[in-house]
Amino acid sequence: MKKALVSIAFGLTASLFATGASAQATLNSVKQKGFLTCGSNTGLAGFGQPDAQGSWTGLDVDLCRAIAAAIFDDPTKVRYIPLAAKDRFTALQSGEVDVLSRNSTATMSRDTQLGLDFPVINYFDGQGFMVRKKLGVSSAKELNGASICTQQGTTTELNLADYFRANNMKYEVVAFATSDETFKAYDAGRCDAFTTDASGLYAERLRASAPDDHIVLPEIISKEPLGPAVRHGDSNWGDIVRWTHMAMLNAEELGVTKANVDQMKTSDNPEIKRLLGTEGKFGEAIGLPNDWAVRVIKHVGNYAESFEKNVGEGSRLKIKRGQNALWTKGGLQYGIPVR
Amino acid sequence: MNSVQTAVSQTSPPKKSFLYDPKVRGVFYQVVLVAAIIFLFYVAATNAIENLQRAKIASGFGFLNNTAGFDISQTLIQFSAAGGTYGDAFIVGLLNTLIVSAIGIFFTTFLGFLIGIARLSKNWMVAKVAMVYVEVLRNIPLLVQLLFWYIAVLGALPQPRNSLEMGAGFYLNARGLFMARPIWASNIEILVAVLLIGLVVTFIYRRWARKQQEQTGRQYPVGKVTLALVLGLPILTWIVLALLGANPISFELPRKGTFNLTGGMQILPEFVALLLGLVTYTAAFIAEVVRAGILAVSKGQTEAAGSLGLTPGQTLRLVVIPQAMRVIIPPLTSQYLNLTKNSSLAVAIGYPDLVQVFMGTVLNQTGQAIEVVVITMGVYLTISLLTSFIMNIYNRRVAIVER
Repeated sequence: MKKALVSIAFGLTASLFATGASAQATLNSVKQKGFLTCGSNTGLAGFGQPDAQGSWTGLDVDLCRAIAAAIFDDPTKVRYIPLAAKDRFTALQSGEVDVLSRNSTATMSRDTQLGLDFPVINYFDGQGFMVRKKLGVSSAKELNGASICTQQGTTTELNLADYFRANNMKYEVVAFATSDETFKAYDAGRCDAFTTDASGLYAERLRASAPDDHIVLPEIISKEPLGPAVRHGDSNWGDIVRWTHMAMLNAEELGVTKANVDQMKTSDNPEIKRLLGTEGKFGEAIGLPNDWAVRVIKHVGNYAESFEKNVGEGSRLKIKRGQNALWTKGGLQYGIPVR
Repeated sequence: MNSVQTAVSQTSPPKKSFLYDPKVRGVFYQVVLVAAIIFLFYVAATNAIENLQRAKIASGFGFLNNTAGFDISQTLIQFSAAGGTYGDAFIVGLLNTLIVSAIGIFFTTFLGFLIGIARLSKNWMVAKVAMVYVEVLRNIPLLVQLLFWYIAVLGALPQPRNSLEMGAGFYLNARGLFMARPIWASNIEILVAVLLIGLVVTFIYRRWARKQQEQTGRQYPVGKVTLALVLGLPILTWIVLALLGANPISFELPRKGTFNLTGGMQILPEFVALLLGLVTYTAAFIAEVVRAGILAVSKGQTEAAGSLGLTPGQTLRLVVIPQAMRVIIPPLTSQYLNLTKNSSLAVAIGYPDLVQVFMGTVLNQTGQAIEVVVITMGVYLTISLLTSFIMNIYNRRVAIVER
């Protein structure tokens, strides 16, 4: 009896802090569970939010669906864990989620001090401001003395302090724990301005009681490379996340879409052949079947399809590709070759 | 074999083995338990450190000296994103927690006693109003009440451009309560000195008056003299100084700025909402504690006081409450502790208390969850134990002295 108790106690303490850093540990545990746990936003239109039926949609959600498709050939094998900004990294560190796909900015301190890796950037963004039209403000430089609502635990909170300090302006910060509380407080008139990533401004504006009463100011005050994060130490898992996004980018570059992916398998183009696994054994190298990219494209589509459906012309947000266009079209999205 | 043993035990008293001595056994098991607990903590700590290192997560308390880089809306000490460290942010959060708790405890005690006494009022209306207050306030979750105060009550206030003017330099709008800020001139020292003199004289006078009453039974107007010395004297000095053209206090009034009122003093709506929520909620519990305490004083005491010719007010103040305090103090202490701990719900309405600043922003910016959580738990434990300690000293003073 005593022995059993002691071993239970040991088991508890050990499991409390177990982080599983051996090779392929995350992939194996995901396969064993039979689903992927994906840390997602608590609700940000276009990036990650549940609809009325409870099914999740968005650009960040599509990445999780794509990873699940690559592993299980089934994009629905994902369990979404909505996380507030201030809880997200702890949830990833502690192993509560396998991947954090939640419009998180990659920064050096997060990469090196939090025990995380950012394998890829799936949306290039920057921080902006939204104000009420009737204030008559047309530039962020005119915000001296304003109260500004922001979400705590974000890079936004830090950039805000930097920007006002650099421009020698005063402001009053009102920080809330969740994006929902932050925007509600702004909408209720607690603050003069609301700040977050530009994509988030367009998404949140849709939720305002009168969306047309608000304008987004032209200044972008920071670089916000948003991407998925994984735990440091399991590089195979980081590879799977990176190459899932790269498969979607390469598919867009090569013109492979959800609709034509099956016909493309017979293509003579060696690049397409390597991507779709009819030539070489690229899937095996990351612990997946060789047709992993086919699964991703068939279930989720290429990057352009996912972008347009969630945040682009096919959505209510109508965000232009801009920096997120392919490198061939003047953007920053660049598919690393599969070879 | 069996018979031999029985024979032995009959002839000499059973020889106690060292192992079967109940005393030794008792000590042994306690030592084992303590050692096991220490070992468990040691294993957990080393395990955590090892895993943190393996996962390349920073650990240790060095982060407290790093620059914070974010701003906080309410700071009682100098704090800015440029120079403030995470350690400073911790102190800012701690002070914000302490000030809302201290002010909250003061007001909730007052309101709680008032309602507790009102519940026992002979006036039907007063008693029922107090009863409804207690039943409603203590049966709705505090979080809901905080959101009610913050969103429904304070959120409905007008925007800064239509601020409510309340006179005497007071303005109210959705950004908070604004008031004149006193600016002390250099000769404020005169006023402080006068106040100190007033306090000392009051103290001496009160001791003298008490002695006189104990010896002769004659009563002196202690209350009026105290008021005159502590309040009247400094105000008189102030007026005289102002008439002489050396006004020691001037006021900076809030003015309309581009976005909001500028200058003066500002009390954040988050602070007001939290304070209102904590005070009204805890007062409902304190009212019940007070009511129980008063009911615990036997009716004979009130009747005896009445027959001595004391008025109902005097009976309450001099006979009932002092005896009720013995029953009231221990549960009152736990209500004070509850209020302090409940102030951490500030996180829901954006008031920068310890949990919001330290366990929210600092934890997230540094990622050092274990250190931050341990510090925060230690702080709440210390505050609670200190409050208990002080209240226990007070309790010992009012407790019945057995003769």
